[in-house]
Amino acid sequence: MSAERTDSGGGPILEVEGVSVSLAGRDVLREVSFAIDPGQFTGLIGSNGAGKTTLFRVILGLQPPRGGSVLIAGRARSRRNPLIGYVPQKFLLDPDAPLRARDLVGLGIDAHRYGVALPSRARTARIEEMLEAVDARGFADRRVGNLSGGEQQRVLIAHALIARPALLLLDEPLANLDLGSGHEVVALLSRIAAEQRIAILISAHDMNPLLGAMDRVVYLAAGRAVSGTVEEVVRTRVLSQLYGHHVDVLRVHGRVLVVAGEAGELADTGDPTHTHTQVEIIS
Amino acid sequence: MSATLGAIFAPGFFSSSQVQIAASVGAVVAVVAGTVGVFTVIRGQSFAGEALGDIGTTGGSGSFLVAVGPLWGFAAVAIAAAATMEMLGIQRPRGRDVATGVVLGAGLGLAALFFYLIATNDNTTGATFTIVFGSPFAITSSSVPLVAAFSVTALSLIVMLFRPLLLCSISPELAAGRGIHVRLVGALYLLALAIAVALAAFTIGTILSTALLVGPAATALRLTRSPGRAIAAAALIGVGSTWLGILMAYDSYDWPPLGNGWPVSFFVVSLIFVAYLLAGLPRRRRVSSTATGADSAKLAAEPSRG
Repeated sequence: MSAERTDSGGGPILEVEGVSVSLAGRDVLREVSFAIDPGQFTGLIGSNGAGKTTLFRVILGLQPPRGGSVLIAGRARSRRNPLIGYVPQKFLLDPDAPLRARDLVGLGIDAHRYGVALPSRARTARIEEMLEAVDARGFADRRVGNLSGGEQQRVLIAHALIARPALLLLDEPLANLDLGSGHEVVALLSRIAAEQRIAILISAHDMNPLLGAMDRVVYLAAGRAVSGTVEEVVRTRVLSQLYGHHVDVLRVHGRVLVVAGEAGELADTGDPTHTHTQVEIIS
Repeated sequence: MSATLGAIFAPGFFSSSQVQIAASVGAVVAVVAGTVGVFTVIRGQSFAGEALGDIGTTGGSGSFLVAVGPLWGFAAVAIAAAATMEMLGIQRPRGRDVATGVVLGAGLGLAALFFYLIATNDNTTGATFTIVFGSPFAITSSSVPLVAAFSVTALSLIVMLFRPLLLCSISPELAAGRGIHVRLVGALYLLALAIAVALAAFTIGTILSTALLVGPAATALRLTRSPGRAIAAAALIGVGSTWLGILMAYDSYDWPPLGNGWPVSFFVVSLIFVAYLLAGLPRRRRVSSTATGADSAKLAAEPSRG
Protein backbone atom coordinates (compact mmCIF):
# COMPACT_ATOMS: atom_id res chain seq x y z
CA MET A 1 0.00 0.00 0.00
CA SER A 2 1.63 3.17 -1.15
CA ALA A 3 1.37 6.35 0.86
CA GLU A 4 -1.60 8.49 -0.01
CA ARG A 5 -0.74 11.36 -2.31
CA THR A 6 -2.67 14.52 -1.83
CA ASP A 7 -2.27 17.82 -3.56
CA SER A 8 -1.61 20.56 -1.07
CA GLY A 9 -2.07 23.19 -3.79
CA GLY A 10 -5.64 22.73 -5.01
CA GLY A 11 -8.84 20.84 -4.31
CA PRO A 12 -9.91 17.51 -5.76
CA ILE A 13 -9.62 16.97 -9.51
CA LEU A 14 -12.91 15.05 -9.54
CA GLU A 15 -15.92 15.47 -7.25
CA VAL A 16 -18.93 13.23 -7.77
CA GLU A 17 -21.78 14.51 -5.60
CA GLY A 18 -24.96 12.52 -5.01
CA VAL A 19 -25.14 11.21 -8.60
CA SER A 20 -28.21 9.10 -9.41
CA VAL A 21 -28.90 7.52 -12.79
CA SER A 22 -31.92 5.59 -14.00
CA LEU A 23 -31.75 3.60 -17.21
CA ALA A 24 -34.96 2.13 -18.62
CA GLY A 25 -36.70 2.62 -15.27
CA ARG A 26 -33.98 0.87 -13.28
CA ASP A 27 -31.90 2.74 -10.70
CA VAL A 28 -28.35 2.06 -11.86
CA LEU A 29 -26.66 4.56 -9.55
CA ARG A 30 -28.12 5.90 -6.30
CA GLU A 31 -26.64 8.95 -4.60
CA VAL A 32 -23.05 8.09 -5.51
CA SER A 33 -20.52 10.47 -3.98
CA PHE A 34 -16.73 10.44 -3.87
CA ALA A 35 -13.77 12.68 -4.66
CA ILE A 36 -10.36 12.11 -6.20
CA ASP A 37 -7.29 14.27 -5.54
CA PRO A 38 -4.63 15.01 -8.17
CA GLY A 39 -2.15 12.16 -8.62
CA GLN A 40 -4.28 9.64 -6.73
CA PHE A 41 -4.66 6.07 -7.97
CA THR A 42 -8.25 5.03 -7.32
CA GLY A 43 -9.85 1.68 -8.07
CA LEU A 44 -13.53 1.60 -8.99
CA ILE A 45 -14.53 -1.87 -7.91
CA GLY A 46 -17.85 -3.56 -8.60
CA SER A 47 -19.30 -6.64 -10.25
CA ASN A 48 -20.47 -6.64 -13.86
CA GLY A 49 -23.60 -4.53 -14.04
CA ALA A 50 -22.79 -2.60 -10.85
CA GLY A 51 -22.79 0.65 -12.85
CA LYS A 52 -19.06 1.24 -13.40
CA THR A 53 -19.37 2.09 -17.11
CA THR A 54 -22.46 4.22 -16.44
CA LEU A 55 -20.51 6.17 -13.82
CA PHE A 56 -17.73 6.76 -16.36
CA ARG A 57 -20.27 7.94 -18.92
CA VAL A 58 -21.64 10.42 -16.37
CA ILE A 59 -18.13 11.72 -15.62
CA LEU A 60 -17.45 12.04 -19.38
CA GLY A 61 -20.70 13.94 -19.88
CA LEU A 62 -22.19 11.26 -22.16
CA GLN A 63 -24.92 10.27 -19.70
CA PRO A 64 -26.90 13.01 -17.98
CA PRO A 65 -27.54 12.03 -14.34
CA ARG A 66 -31.08 12.16 -12.92
CA GLY A 67 -29.69 13.96 -9.91
CA GLY A 68 -26.39 15.13 -8.46
CA SER A 69 -23.39 16.83 -9.98
CA VAL A 70 -19.92 16.16 -11.31
CA LEU A 71 -17.17 18.74 -10.87
CA ILE A 72 -13.87 18.55 -12.76
CA ALA A 73 -11.19 20.65 -11.03
CA GLY A 74 -13.97 22.48 -9.23
CA ARG A 75 -16.00 23.30 -12.35
CA ALA A 76 -19.11 21.76 -13.88
CA ARG A 77 -17.94 19.47 -16.65
CA SER A 78 -18.37 20.43 -20.29
CA ARG A 79 -18.93 18.10 -23.22
CA ARG A 80 -15.31 18.11 -24.34
CA ASN A 81 -13.17 18.37 -21.28
CA PRO A 82 -9.43 18.36 -22.08
CA LEU A 83 -8.69 17.53 -18.44
CA ILE A 84 -10.11 14.02 -18.84
CA GLY A 85 -8.46 11.14 -20.69
CA TYR A 86 -10.48 7.99 -21.35
CA VAL A 87 -9.68 4.40 -22.23
CA PRO A 88 -12.92 2.54 -23.06
CA GLN A 89 -13.65 -1.08 -22.33
CA LYS A 90 -13.14 -3.90 -24.83
CA PHE A 91 -11.24 -2.17 -27.53
CA LEU A 92 -11.08 -4.56 -30.45
CA LEU A 93 -9.71 -3.16 -33.64
CA ASP A 94 -9.96 -4.84 -37.02
CA PRO A 95 -6.48 -6.19 -37.84
CA ASP A 96 -6.94 -4.77 -41.36
CA ALA A 97 -7.48 -1.18 -40.23
CA PRO A 98 -4.61 0.92 -41.58
CA LEU A 99 -3.59 2.45 -38.30
CA ARG A 100 -0.18 2.10 -36.71
CA ALA A 101 0.28 2.43 -32.96
CA ARG A 102 1.91 5.82 -33.59
CA ASP A 103 -1.09 7.00 -35.65
CA LEU A 104 -3.49 6.21 -32.80
CA VAL A 105 -1.25 8.01 -30.31
CA GLY A 106 -1.11 11.01 -32.69
CA LEU A 107 -4.92 11.07 -32.87
CA GLY A 108 -4.84 11.58 -29.12
CA ILE A 109 -3.41 15.06 -29.66
CA ASP A 110 -6.07 16.51 -31.91
CA ALA A 111 -8.69 13.99 -33.06
CA HIS A 112 -11.45 16.46 -32.22
CA ARG A 113 -10.13 19.05 -34.70
CA TYR A 114 -11.28 19.32 -38.28
CA GLY A 115 -8.87 18.94 -41.15
CA VAL A 116 -5.78 16.82 -41.67
CA ALA A 117 -2.91 16.87 -39.17
CA LEU A 118 0.21 18.22 -40.84
CA PRO A 119 3.34 16.32 -39.86
CA SER A 120 5.82 18.42 -37.93
CA ARG A 121 8.99 17.70 -36.01
CA ALA A 122 7.38 18.81 -32.74
CA ARG A 123 4.42 16.51 -33.32
CA THR A 124 6.63 13.53 -34.14
CA ALA A 125 8.80 14.20 -31.09
CA ARG A 126 5.76 14.38 -28.82
CA ILE A 127 4.44 11.08 -30.17
CA GLU A 128 7.88 9.43 -29.77
CA GLU A 129 8.11 10.66 -26.19
CA MET A 130 4.69 9.26 -25.34
CA LEU A 131 5.44 5.91 -27.02
CA GLU A 132 8.61 5.77 -24.94
CA ALA A 133 6.66 6.55 -21.74
CA VAL A 134 4.44 3.48 -22.20
CA ASP A 135 7.24 1.24 -23.54
CA ALA A 136 5.56 1.02 -26.94
CA ARG A 137 8.43 2.03 -29.22
CA GLY A 138 9.12 -1.58 -30.14
CA PHE A 139 5.75 -1.89 -31.89
CA ALA A 140 5.09 1.73 -32.84
CA ASP A 141 4.95 0.96 -36.56
CA ARG A 142 2.76 -2.12 -36.36
CA ARG A 143 -0.98 -2.00 -36.96
CA VAL A 144 -2.88 -1.51 -33.72
CA GLY A 145 -5.25 -4.35 -34.66
CA ASN A 146 -2.35 -6.81 -34.78
CA LEU A 147 -1.07 -6.02 -31.29
CA SER A 148 -1.74 -8.15 -28.23
CA GLY A 149 -4.29 -7.03 -25.64
CA GLY A 150 -1.60 -5.68 -23.31
CA GLU A 151 0.15 -3.81 -26.12
CA GLN A 152 -3.17 -2.28 -27.27
CA GLN A 153 -3.85 -1.12 -23.70
CA ARG A 154 -0.47 0.63 -23.57
CA VAL A 155 -1.11 2.35 -26.91
CA LEU A 156 -4.57 3.45 -25.72
CA ILE A 157 -3.08 4.80 -22.49
CA ALA A 158 -0.58 6.79 -24.59
CA HIS A 159 -3.46 7.99 -26.81
CA ALA A 160 -5.24 9.29 -23.69
CA LEU A 161 -2.14 10.72 -21.99
CA ILE A 162 -0.73 12.67 -24.94
CA ALA A 163 -3.51 15.25 -24.54
CA ARG A 164 -2.05 15.89 -21.04
CA PRO A 165 -5.16 15.18 -18.96
CA ALA A 166 -5.28 15.66 -15.20
CA LEU A 167 -7.59 12.66 -14.76
CA LEU A 168 -7.39 9.35 -16.59
CA LEU A 169 -10.42 7.03 -16.66
CA LEU A 170 -9.84 3.39 -17.59
CA ASP A 171 -12.81 1.05 -17.98
CA GLU A 172 -11.84 -2.54 -17.11
CA PRO A 173 -8.42 -2.33 -18.76
CA LEU A 174 -7.36 -5.65 -17.20
CA ALA A 175 -10.45 -7.61 -18.23
CA ASN A 176 -8.97 -9.28 -21.30
CA LEU A 177 -5.35 -9.45 -20.22
CA ASP A 178 -3.34 -12.36 -18.89
CA LEU A 179 -1.88 -11.90 -15.39
CA GLY A 180 1.56 -10.81 -16.60
CA SER A 181 0.27 -8.12 -18.98
CA GLY A 182 -2.15 -6.98 -16.28
CA HIS A 183 0.70 -6.46 -13.81
CA GLU A 184 2.66 -4.50 -16.44
CA VAL A 185 -0.30 -2.19 -17.13
CA VAL A 186 -0.91 -1.58 -13.43
CA ALA A 187 2.78 -0.84 -12.81
CA LEU A 188 2.80 1.56 -15.76
CA LEU A 189 -0.29 3.41 -14.52
CA SER A 190 1.10 3.55 -11.00
CA ARG A 191 4.31 5.12 -12.33
CA ILE A 192 2.35 7.64 -14.44
CA ALA A 193 0.20 8.68 -11.47
CA ALA A 194 3.29 9.22 -9.32
CA GLU A 195 5.59 10.87 -11.89
CA GLN A 196 3.11 13.03 -13.80
CA ARG A 197 0.67 13.64 -10.95
CA ILE A 198 -2.22 12.42 -13.07
CA ALA A 199 -5.18 11.10 -11.08
CA ILE A 200 -6.23 7.64 -12.23
CA LEU A 201 -9.66 6.07 -11.86
CA ILE A 202 -9.56 2.47 -13.00
CA SER A 203 -12.55 0.13 -12.93
CA ALA A 204 -12.26 -3.59 -12.28
CA HIS A 205 -14.46 -6.46 -11.15
CA ASP A 206 -11.48 -8.01 -9.36
CA MET A 207 -9.57 -5.70 -7.04
CA ASN A 208 -6.65 -8.06 -6.43
CA PRO A 209 -4.39 -6.98 -9.32
CA LEU A 210 -4.79 -3.38 -8.08
CA LEU A 211 -4.14 -3.99 -4.36
CA GLY A 212 -0.52 -2.83 -4.37
CA ALA A 213 -1.21 0.25 -6.48
CA MET A 214 -4.48 1.69 -5.13
CA ASP A 215 -4.40 4.77 -2.92
CA ARG A 216 -8.15 4.64 -2.58
CA VAL A 217 -11.05 2.46 -3.56
CA VAL A 218 -14.58 3.33 -4.65
CA TYR A 219 -16.68 0.21 -4.11
CA LEU A 220 -19.93 -0.03 -6.11
CA ALA A 221 -22.70 -2.46 -5.24
CA ALA A 222 -26.45 -2.34 -5.68
CA GLY A 223 -26.10 1.11 -7.26
CA ARG A 224 -24.52 2.64 -4.18
CA ALA A 225 -20.90 3.46 -3.48
CA VAL A 226 -18.59 3.63 -0.51
CA SER A 227 -15.12 5.10 -0.79
CA GLY A 228 -11.93 5.37 1.24
CA THR A 229 -8.66 3.50 1.58
CA VAL A 230 -8.71 -0.25 1.00
CA GLU A 231 -8.37 -0.80 4.77
CA GLU A 232 -11.33 1.44 5.46
CA VAL A 233 -13.65 0.06 2.79
CA VAL A 234 -12.86 -3.59 2.25
CA ARG A 235 -14.09 -4.84 5.60
CA THR A 236 -16.85 -7.24 6.48
CA ARG A 237 -18.93 -4.64 8.29
CA VAL A 238 -18.63 -1.89 5.66
CA LEU A 239 -19.33 -4.10 2.65
CA SER A 240 -22.18 -5.93 4.38
CA GLN A 241 -23.83 -2.58 4.90
CA LEU A 242 -23.23 -1.64 1.24
CA TYR A 243 -24.57 -4.91 -0.15
CA GLY A 244 -27.50 -4.84 2.26
CA HIS A 245 -26.82 -8.37 3.43
CA HIS A 246 -23.98 -10.17 5.15
CA VAL A 247 -20.76 -10.65 3.21
CA ASP A 248 -17.43 -11.92 4.49
CA VAL A 249 -14.15 -10.30 3.56
CA LEU A 250 -11.41 -12.89 3.63
CA ARG A 251 -7.70 -12.27 3.15
CA VAL A 252 -5.90 -15.30 1.77
CA HIS A 253 -2.23 -15.23 0.70
CA GLY A 254 -2.30 -11.48 0.26
CA ARG A 255 -5.47 -11.63 -1.82
CA VAL A 256 -8.92 -10.40 -0.92
CA LEU A 257 -12.05 -12.50 -1.33
CA VAL A 258 -15.50 -11.05 -0.85
CA VAL A 259 -17.89 -13.88 -0.10
CA ALA A 260 -21.64 -13.41 0.11
CA GLY A 261 -23.12 -14.91 3.25
CA GLU A 262 -26.35 -16.12 1.70
CA ALA A 263 -26.42 -19.72 0.51
CA GLY A 264 -22.62 -19.69 0.34
CA GLU A 265 -22.91 -17.86 -2.95
CA LEU A 266 -19.79 -16.08 -4.15
CA ALA A 267 -20.31 -12.42 -4.85
CA ASP A 268 -18.39 -11.94 -8.05
CA THR A 269 -16.98 -8.71 -6.69
CA GLY A 270 -13.44 -8.77 -5.49
CA ASP A 271 -13.45 -12.46 -6.04
CA PRO A 272 -10.18 -13.58 -7.64
CA THR A 273 -12.32 -15.68 -9.93
CA HIS A 274 -12.54 -19.44 -9.68
CA THR A 275 -10.98 -19.84 -13.08
CA HIS A 276 -7.73 -18.18 -12.01
CA THR A 277 -7.42 -20.46 -9.03
CA GLN A 278 -8.19 -23.50 -11.11
CA VAL A 279 -5.71 -22.56 -13.80
CA GLU A 280 -3.01 -22.25 -11.18
CA ILE A 281 -3.76 -25.63 -9.67
CA ILE A 282 -3.84 -27.35 -13.01
CA SER A 283 -0.67 -25.87 -14.47
CA MET B 1 9.64 -0.31 -79.73
CA SER B 2 7.19 1.94 -81.52
CA ALA B 3 5.63 -1.17 -83.04
CA THR B 4 5.00 -2.56 -79.55
CA LEU B 5 3.56 0.75 -78.42
CA GLY B 6 1.40 0.82 -81.50
CA ALA B 7 0.09 -2.62 -80.64
CA ILE B 8 -0.75 -1.55 -77.09
CA PHE B 9 -2.18 1.86 -77.87
CA ALA B 10 -4.37 1.39 -80.93
CA PRO B 11 -4.30 4.24 -83.46
CA GLY B 12 -6.32 7.25 -82.40
CA PHE B 13 -6.32 6.33 -78.70
CA PHE B 14 -4.75 9.55 -77.43
CA SER B 15 -6.48 11.87 -79.89
CA SER B 16 -9.98 10.50 -79.28
CA SER B 17 -12.02 13.02 -77.32
CA GLN B 18 -14.17 10.19 -75.97
CA VAL B 19 -11.06 8.56 -74.53
CA GLN B 20 -9.83 11.86 -73.14
CA ILE B 21 -13.10 12.57 -71.33
CA ALA B 22 -13.46 8.99 -70.11
CA ALA B 23 -9.86 8.96 -68.83
CA SER B 24 -10.06 12.30 -67.04
CA VAL B 25 -13.53 11.78 -65.52
CA GLY B 26 -12.57 8.19 -64.67
CA ALA B 27 -9.40 9.31 -62.90
CA VAL B 28 -11.13 11.99 -60.83
CA VAL B 29 -13.90 9.59 -59.85
CA ALA B 30 -11.39 6.86 -58.97
CA VAL B 31 -9.56 9.26 -56.63
CA VAL B 32 -12.84 10.24 -54.90
CA ALA B 33 -14.05 6.63 -54.67
CA GLY B 34 -10.68 5.41 -53.34
CA THR B 35 -10.48 8.14 -50.69
CA VAL B 36 -14.03 7.69 -49.47
CA GLY B 37 -13.76 3.91 -49.89
CA VAL B 38 -10.93 3.52 -47.37
CA PHE B 39 -13.27 4.81 -44.67
CA THR B 40 -16.14 2.69 -46.01
CA VAL B 41 -14.02 -0.42 -45.51
CA ILE B 42 -12.69 0.60 -42.08
CA ARG B 43 -16.22 1.45 -40.92
CA GLY B 44 -17.60 -1.83 -42.25
CA GLN B 45 -20.14 0.04 -44.38
CA SER B 46 -19.51 -1.79 -47.65
CA PHE B 47 -23.12 -2.94 -47.69
CA ALA B 48 -24.33 0.66 -47.34
CA GLY B 49 -22.02 1.62 -50.23
CA GLU B 50 -23.35 -1.24 -52.35
CA ALA B 51 -26.95 -0.29 -51.51
CA LEU B 52 -26.43 3.39 -52.37
CA GLY B 53 -24.99 2.31 -55.74
CA ASP B 54 -27.74 -0.18 -56.50
CA ILE B 55 -30.40 2.31 -55.55
CA GLY B 56 -28.82 4.72 -58.04
CA THR B 57 -30.57 2.54 -60.60
CA THR B 58 -33.79 4.20 -59.45
CA GLY B 59 -32.23 7.64 -59.85
CA GLY B 60 -30.74 6.82 -63.22
CA SER B 61 -33.97 5.42 -64.66
CA GLY B 62 -36.01 8.23 -63.08
CA SER B 63 -33.74 10.89 -64.57
CA PHE B 64 -34.09 9.21 -67.99
CA LEU B 65 -37.88 9.51 -67.71
CA VAL B 66 -37.80 13.20 -66.81
CA ALA B 67 -34.93 13.87 -69.24
CA VAL B 68 -32.24 15.25 -66.92
CA GLY B 69 -28.63 14.08 -66.73
CA PRO B 70 -28.19 10.67 -65.06
CA LEU B 71 -25.60 11.99 -62.59
CA TRP B 72 -28.28 14.24 -61.06
CA GLY B 73 -30.51 11.20 -60.66
CA PHE B 74 -27.76 9.05 -59.12
CA ALA B 75 -26.78 11.77 -56.65
CA ALA B 76 -30.31 12.84 -55.68
CA VAL B 77 -31.46 9.30 -54.95
CA ALA B 78 -28.21 8.28 -53.21
CA ILE B 79 -28.33 11.34 -50.91
CA ALA B 80 -32.04 10.83 -50.17
CA ALA B 81 -31.42 7.15 -49.45
CA ALA B 82 -28.43 7.97 -47.23
CA ALA B 83 -30.54 10.44 -45.25
CA THR B 84 -33.30 7.84 -44.82
CA MET B 85 -30.80 5.19 -43.69
CA GLU B 86 -29.36 7.66 -41.18
CA MET B 87 -32.80 8.40 -39.76
CA LEU B 88 -33.78 4.72 -39.66
CA GLY B 89 -30.78 3.93 -37.52
CA ILE B 90 -27.61 3.32 -39.51
CA GLN B 91 -25.63 4.85 -36.64
CA ARG B 92 -26.32 1.76 -34.54
CA PRO B 93 -24.26 -1.21 -35.71
CA ARG B 94 -27.16 -3.59 -35.19
CA GLY B 95 -29.72 -1.40 -36.96
CA ARG B 96 -27.32 -0.68 -39.79
CA ASP B 97 -27.89 -3.65 -42.09
CA VAL B 98 -31.61 -3.60 -41.48
CA ALA B 99 -31.94 0.11 -42.28
CA THR B 100 -29.81 -0.34 -45.39
CA GLY B 101 -31.72 -3.38 -46.58
CA VAL B 102 -35.14 -1.81 -46.06
CA VAL B 103 -34.20 1.36 -47.97
CA LEU B 104 -32.55 -0.66 -50.74
CA GLY B 105 -35.65 -2.79 -51.23
CA ALA B 106 -37.97 0.19 -51.38
CA GLY B 107 -35.71 2.01 -53.85
CA LEU B 108 -35.30 -0.92 -56.21
CA GLY B 109 -39.06 -1.35 -56.29
CA LEU B 110 -39.26 2.12 -57.82
CA ALA B 111 -36.51 1.20 -60.29
CA ALA B 112 -38.64 -1.71 -61.49
CA LEU B 113 -41.50 0.72 -62.13
CA PHE B 114 -39.28 3.27 -63.91
CA PHE B 115 -37.70 0.65 -66.19
CA TYR B 116 -41.18 -0.62 -67.04
CA LEU B 117 -42.21 2.92 -67.99
CA ILE B 118 -39.03 3.43 -70.03
CA ALA B 119 -39.59 0.14 -71.86
CA THR B 120 -43.22 0.98 -72.67
CA ASN B 121 -42.41 4.53 -73.79
CA ASP B 122 -39.55 3.82 -76.14
CA ASN B 123 -38.17 0.49 -77.02
CA THR B 124 -34.47 0.83 -76.19
CA THR B 125 -32.41 -1.38 -73.94
CA GLY B 126 -29.53 1.11 -74.21
CA ALA B 127 -30.73 3.22 -71.29
CA THR B 128 -31.03 0.22 -69.00
CA PHE B 129 -27.60 -1.07 -69.96
CA THR B 130 -25.90 2.32 -69.52
CA ILE B 131 -27.49 2.91 -66.13
CA VAL B 132 -26.75 -0.52 -64.71
CA PHE B 133 -23.34 -1.25 -66.25
CA GLY B 134 -22.11 2.23 -67.15
CA SER B 135 -20.38 3.51 -70.21
CA PRO B 136 -17.44 5.88 -69.69
CA PHE B 137 -17.16 6.42 -73.47
CA ALA B 138 -20.70 7.86 -73.45
CA ILE B 139 -19.79 10.63 -70.98
CA THR B 140 -20.14 14.00 -72.66
CA SER B 141 -18.04 17.07 -71.94
CA SER B 142 -21.15 18.88 -70.68
CA SER B 143 -21.21 16.70 -67.55
CA VAL B 144 -17.58 17.45 -66.65
CA PRO B 145 -18.33 20.56 -64.51
CA LEU B 146 -20.89 18.63 -62.44
CA VAL B 147 -18.46 15.75 -61.94
CA ALA B 148 -15.85 18.27 -60.79
CA ALA B 149 -18.25 19.99 -58.38
CA PHE B 150 -19.38 16.70 -56.81
CA SER B 151 -15.79 15.48 -56.54
CA VAL B 152 -14.62 18.64 -54.81
CA THR B 153 -17.56 18.42 -52.38
CA ALA B 154 -16.89 14.80 -51.43
CA LEU B 155 -13.14 15.28 -51.07
CA SER B 156 -13.60 18.47 -49.03
CA LEU B 157 -15.89 16.61 -46.64
CA ILE B 158 -13.29 13.88 -46.13
CA VAL B 159 -10.42 16.36 -45.66
CA MET B 160 -12.49 18.38 -43.19
CA LEU B 161 -13.65 15.34 -41.21
CA PHE B 162 -10.38 13.41 -41.48
CA ARG B 163 -9.28 13.22 -37.83
CA PRO B 164 -12.63 12.89 -36.06
CA LEU B 165 -13.85 10.49 -38.77
CA LEU B 166 -10.79 8.29 -38.36
CA LEU B 167 -11.27 8.07 -34.58
CA CYS B 168 -15.04 7.46 -34.93
CA SER B 169 -14.37 4.73 -37.49
CA ILE B 170 -11.92 2.96 -35.18
CA SER B 171 -13.82 3.30 -31.93
CA PRO B 172 -17.02 5.29 -31.45
CA GLU B 173 -16.58 5.01 -27.65
CA LEU B 174 -13.11 6.54 -27.82
CA ALA B 175 -14.42 9.36 -30.05
CA ALA B 176 -17.45 10.04 -27.85
CA GLY B 177 -15.19 10.13 -24.79
CA ARG B 178 -13.27 12.96 -26.45
CA GLY B 179 -16.43 14.95 -27.01
CA ILE B 180 -16.64 14.23 -30.74
CA HIS B 181 -20.22 14.32 -32.06
CA VAL B 182 -20.11 10.76 -33.43
CA ARG B 183 -23.54 10.82 -35.06
CA LEU B 184 -22.95 14.13 -36.87
CA VAL B 185 -19.59 12.90 -38.18
CA GLY B 186 -21.28 9.67 -39.32
CA ALA B 187 -24.06 11.55 -41.10
CA LEU B 188 -21.63 13.87 -42.92
CA TYR B 189 -19.56 10.86 -43.92
CA LEU B 190 -22.68 9.21 -45.32
CA LEU B 191 -23.22 12.30 -47.47
CA ALA B 192 -19.67 12.00 -48.85
CA LEU B 193 -20.31 8.30 -49.46
CA ALA B 194 -23.55 9.01 -51.34
CA ILE B 195 -21.77 11.51 -53.61
CA ALA B 196 -18.82 9.18 -54.22
CA VAL B 197 -21.14 6.30 -55.06
CA ALA B 198 -23.15 8.51 -57.47
CA LEU B 199 -19.93 9.44 -59.26
CA ALA B 200 -18.83 5.80 -59.43
CA ALA B 201 -22.27 4.77 -60.73
CA PHE B 202 -22.02 7.46 -63.41
CA THR B 203 -18.67 6.09 -64.54
CA ILE B 204 -18.97 2.30 -64.37
CA GLY B 205 -22.68 1.75 -63.69
CA THR B 206 -24.86 1.44 -60.62
CA ILE B 207 -24.33 -2.20 -59.75
CA LEU B 208 -20.59 -2.07 -60.44
CA SER B 209 -20.02 1.19 -58.55
CA THR B 210 -19.28 -0.65 -55.34
CA ALA B 211 -16.28 -2.34 -57.01
CA LEU B 212 -14.64 1.04 -57.60
CA LEU B 213 -15.50 2.17 -54.08
CA VAL B 214 -14.51 -0.88 -52.06
CA GLY B 215 -12.08 -2.80 -54.31
CA PRO B 216 -9.15 -0.36 -54.46
CA ALA B 217 -9.63 0.54 -50.78
CA ALA B 218 -9.63 -3.09 -49.66
CA THR B 219 -6.52 -3.71 -51.78
CA ALA B 220 -4.81 -0.65 -50.28
CA LEU B 221 -5.59 -1.87 -46.76
CA ARG B 222 -3.76 -5.08 -47.55
CA LEU B 223 -0.68 -3.16 -48.66
CA THR B 224 -0.34 -0.25 -46.23
CA ARG B 225 -0.36 0.40 -42.51
CA SER B 226 -1.16 4.09 -42.16
CA PRO B 227 -4.36 5.92 -43.14
CA GLY B 228 -2.67 8.48 -45.40
CA ARG B 229 -0.81 5.84 -47.37
CA ALA B 230 -3.94 3.68 -47.63
CA ILE B 231 -5.81 6.56 -49.26
CA ALA B 232 -2.94 7.31 -51.66
CA ALA B 233 -2.67 3.63 -52.60
CA ALA B 234 -6.44 3.26 -53.08
CA ALA B 235 -6.52 6.32 -55.36
CA LEU B 236 -3.56 5.02 -57.39
CA ILE B 237 -5.03 1.53 -57.77
CA GLY B 238 -8.38 3.03 -58.79
CA VAL B 239 -6.86 5.37 -61.37
CA GLY B 240 -4.57 2.64 -62.71
CA SER B 241 -7.42 0.14 -63.11
CA THR B 242 -9.65 2.74 -64.75
CA TRP B 243 -7.04 3.88 -67.27
CA LEU B 244 -5.93 0.35 -68.09
CA GLY B 245 -9.58 -0.67 -68.42
CA ILE B 246 -10.25 2.19 -70.83
CA LEU B 247 -7.19 1.22 -72.89
CA MET B 248 -8.22 -2.44 -73.05
CA ALA B 249 -11.77 -1.51 -73.99
CA TYR B 250 -10.47 0.75 -76.74
CA ASP B 251 -8.23 -2.05 -78.03
CA SER B 252 -11.14 -4.49 -77.87
CA TYR B 253 -12.93 -2.74 -80.74
CA ASP B 254 -11.64 -5.37 -83.13
CA TRP B 255 -12.22 -8.30 -80.78
CA PRO B 256 -14.90 -10.96 -81.34
CA PRO B 257 -17.77 -11.52 -81.27
CA LEU B 258 -19.28 -8.27 -82.54
CA GLY B 259 -16.20 -6.22 -83.32
CA ASN B 260 -17.62 -3.14 -81.61
CA GLY B 261 -15.79 -3.30 -78.31
CA TRP B 262 -16.21 -4.89 -74.91
CA PRO B 263 -17.66 -2.86 -72.01
CA VAL B 264 -15.12 -0.69 -70.16
CA SER B 265 -16.72 -1.53 -66.83
CA PHE B 266 -15.94 -5.21 -67.31
CA PHE B 267 -12.24 -4.47 -67.68
CA VAL B 268 -12.10 -1.94 -64.82
CA VAL B 269 -13.85 -4.22 -62.35
CA SER B 270 -11.80 -7.26 -63.40
CA LEU B 271 -8.53 -5.35 -63.01
CA ILE B 272 -9.57 -4.16 -59.53
CA PHE B 273 -10.36 -7.75 -58.57
CA VAL B 274 -7.02 -9.03 -59.90
CA ALA B 275 -5.19 -6.29 -57.96
CA TYR B 276 -7.03 -7.33 -54.79
CA LEU B 277 -6.07 -10.98 -55.25
CA LEU B 278 -2.43 -10.11 -56.00
CA ALA B 279 -2.22 -7.89 -52.91
CA GLY B 280 -3.43 -10.79 -50.79
CA LEU B 281 -0.85 -13.32 -51.92
CA PRO B 282 2.35 -12.29 -50.10
CA ARG B 283 0.58 -11.00 -47.00
CA ARG B 284 -1.40 -14.19 -46.43
CA ARG B 285 1.88 -16.08 -46.12
CA ARG B 286 3.48 -13.49 -43.85
CA VAL B 287 0.53 -13.36 -41.48
CA SER B 288 0.20 -17.11 -41.14
CA SER B 289 3.91 -17.50 -40.39
CA THR B 290 3.88 -14.83 -37.67
CA ALA B 291 0.65 -16.27 -36.26
CA THR B 292 2.15 -19.74 -35.88
CA GLY B 293 5.27 -18.14 -34.43
CA ALA B 294 3.25 -16.35 -31.80
CA ASP B 295 1.22 -19.47 -31.05
CA SER B 296 4.30 -21.60 -30.46
CA ALA B 297 5.81 -18.86 -28.29
CA LYS B 298 2.61 -18.79 -26.26
CA LEU B 299 2.64 -22.58 -25.91
CA ALA B 300 6.24 -22.49 -24.75
CA ALA B 301 5.42 -19.85 -22.15
CA GLU B 302 2.29 -21.62 -20.91
CA PRO B 303 3.76 -24.31 -18.60
CA SER B 304 6.02 -21.84 -16.79
CA ARG B 305 3.01 -19.71 -15.78
CA GLY B 306 1.71 -21.97 -13.03
